[in-house]
Amino acid sequence: MHRALKMAAVMAAGALALAGCSSSSTPATSTSPSASPSSAIKVGMAYDIGGRGDKSFNDMAAAGLDKAAQQFGIQTKELQAVAGETDQQKAARLDLLASNGYNPVIAVGFAYAGAVKTEAAKFPAVNFAIIDDSSNAAPNVANLIFSANESSYLMGVLAATATKTGTVGFIGGVNVPLLQSFQAGFDQGVKDTKPSVKVIDKYLTQPPDFGGFNDPAKGKITAQGMFDAGADIVYAAAGGSGGGVFTAAKAAGKLAIGVDSDQYLSADPAVQSVILSSALKRVDTAVFNMIQASVNGAPLVGVTLFDLKNNGVGAAESNAAYAPYKSAVDAAAQNIIAGTITVKNAL
Amino acid sequence: MKKFFISLTAPALAFVFAIAVTWILLIATGHNPVSTFKSMGSYGIKPDSLTLTVNLAVTYYLSAIAVAIGFRMNLFNIGVDGQYRLAALVAAAVGGVLHLPPVIDVALIILTAVVVGAIWGSIAAVLKTRRGVSEVISTIMLNYIATGVIAFLLTPSLLAVAVAGSSNIGTRPIPANGQVPGFKLLAGASEQVYGMIGLAVIVGFGYWYLLNRTRFGFDLRASGLSATAAVASGVDAKKMVFRTMMLSGAVAGLVGIPTLLGISYSYSLDFPTGLGFTGVAIALLGRNSPIGVAFGALLWAFLDSSRQILDLTGVSKEIVTVMQGVAVLAVVVAYEVVRRYRVVQQQREVGKHLGSEHAPVEAAVQS
Repeated sequence: MHRALKMAAVMAAGALALAGCSSSSTPATSTSPSASPSSAIKVGMAYDIGGRGDKSFNDMAAAGLDKAAQQFGIQTKELQAVAGETDQQKAARLDLLASNGYNPVIAVGFAYAGAVKTEAAKFPAVNFAIIDDSSNAAPNVANLIFSANESSYLMGVLAATATKTGTVGFIGGVNVPLLQSFQAGFDQGVKDTKPSVKVIDKYLTQPPDFGGFNDPAKGKITAQGMFDAGADIVYAAAGGSGGGVFTAAKAAGKLAIGVDSDQYLSADPAVQSVILSSALKRVDTAVFNMIQASVNGAPLVGVTLFDLKNNGVGAAESNAAYAPYKSAVDAAAQNIIAGTITVKNAL
Repeated sequence: MKKFFISLTAPALAFVFAIAVTWILLIATGHNPVSTFKSMGSYGIKPDSLTLTVNLAVTYYLSAIAVAIGFRMNLFNIGVDGQYRLAALVAAAVGGVLHLPPVIDVALIILTAVVVGAIWGSIAAVLKTRRGVSEVISTIMLNYIATGVIAFLLTPSLLAVAVAGSSNIGTRPIPANGQVPGFKLLAGASEQVYGMIGLAVIVGFGYWYLLNRTRFGFDLRASGLSATAAVASGVDAKKMVFRTMMLSGAVAGLVGIPTLLGISYSYSLDFPTGLGFTGVAIALLGRNSPIGVAFGALLWAFLDSSRQILDLTGVSKEIVTVMQGVAVLAVVVAYEVVRRYRVVQQQREVGKHLGSEHAPVEAAVQS
């Protein structure tokens, strides 16, 4: 019995440690430092797992918040999620913000859909925004969604044009419909440009294991496998795992494509050169627009789509090596905007 | 009566120790412990927070009981996590297509969950009894396999349906007949307590009855205390392992039911995960006793729901995770300390008795 207890204690401690890992936190409060014209509104933000500091999706949202805080001198409050929460726990978080006078309340990530629905009904006077979900049509909810398939299509065009080996790779963080739309766009972009090019598609983890969004080691090994299999460009739509993909590309002397933000600018200088471009998903713009609208007294409601047309998504151009392919990508972008190309949204 | 107080001192000591460690940590990170605990306390006793506490405790309790059943026989069912997720998925899928009268509908959904949990739990039992595979290893591995199976099943071509405009996918929502309405436990609460709170009470009572009032329970406890002695007195060890793991899995199957029938009505990508591991910690905290585990679950849930406020005050929420971890470790240590104290006490008693028996003899000799 004794040994049993000891072992159990170790197991429990291990489980706790694991639970702790998934929710590394950074200080969650920030009030606007150099406020110019101070506005009376208080903005509440509820992050998904990972929170501020994930160098990906949540950080993009944080960037939008920071920009708005600087420009409008608003008060902000940021709350973090922990792994394995119920809808009620998420709702309690939004409740906390709404009941403490934060308006608008911005929920980062589709996992908040259920919570936003309950809280929007409970606080009809508070404006809510949710990113990556449009299932809720309440009059005080703004659905901020992105045509990530369009920017991924452009990355497909880029990869097909730039490949020398005739094989390219796609790495998705977690196999969820949201990421499948990235893959659908990328695959279509490659095939439309050069049907002979082969695409290897891989996902790092399966839900409910969302670790694939933040596992550079897994990203590295998967990318290595693709390079060994003959790929010379890998598109990493995998959040924080992208760092590993870049390292693998650097080691193999191959290329990679980033996601969400312009990762050429944010990456470690040692691997910067391998990041040919990034599929931009301007979560920061979405958050900023939402706050700006609230500051102006006309909060966003309903669906706001961020696509190529309104620069909500796009291709990053800061790497000089991107220049030779710019014309091909821009042509595809024009065709999508004009409607001559329709990009698939699902596999 | 004295014994009762001693058994209460261990968890009390552990909790005080956990608070002390958290206190030091708060000071070290530059926060005020008094105001931090105060804000947690005042937020935690709001009607809505208490409702959330009760709801969380219901699932934690079921999970901890599933783990405790194994613990009582020295079996480590670390696989509760996989068992309940798989059970909840299949039960949700079945519930989504059923259109039966209310009570029968709910009963069938629960039965499905129990059967799936039991089957998944019995895989580890078969491996242990037939092949001698440690259930610690196999149940952990089966968690990963369950994750894989769920990912395979939860696609639009199989059990899932896509919701328009959502990035989430889940099973077809369970219609009204299969839903279990909640109720308001406290005045002023806007949230409802799961109707399935009754399930936790029934399971808790069943667990007590089974252990203390049935032959199976006796065999189970005997095997846990001394496997060899149990075998010598005629207990079929293999059968016991099999039945216990199956029972543990069956109860594990229930873990997702309150959430499923009370609020989510569908198994989707954001269905709560990791409850199985919380259950391990709470079973340890509650010393596998039906009442102890209930207190453990409520305490754990209270900490989980009241820590929401910490972000608002600028204190890192993970401080509560530290507190929970320390509490579990401290309980294990505290029981060991109390046990040793008891042994010393016993020895002293025995010594005293022996001493007083000797005394007359000495007196006789002297006179």
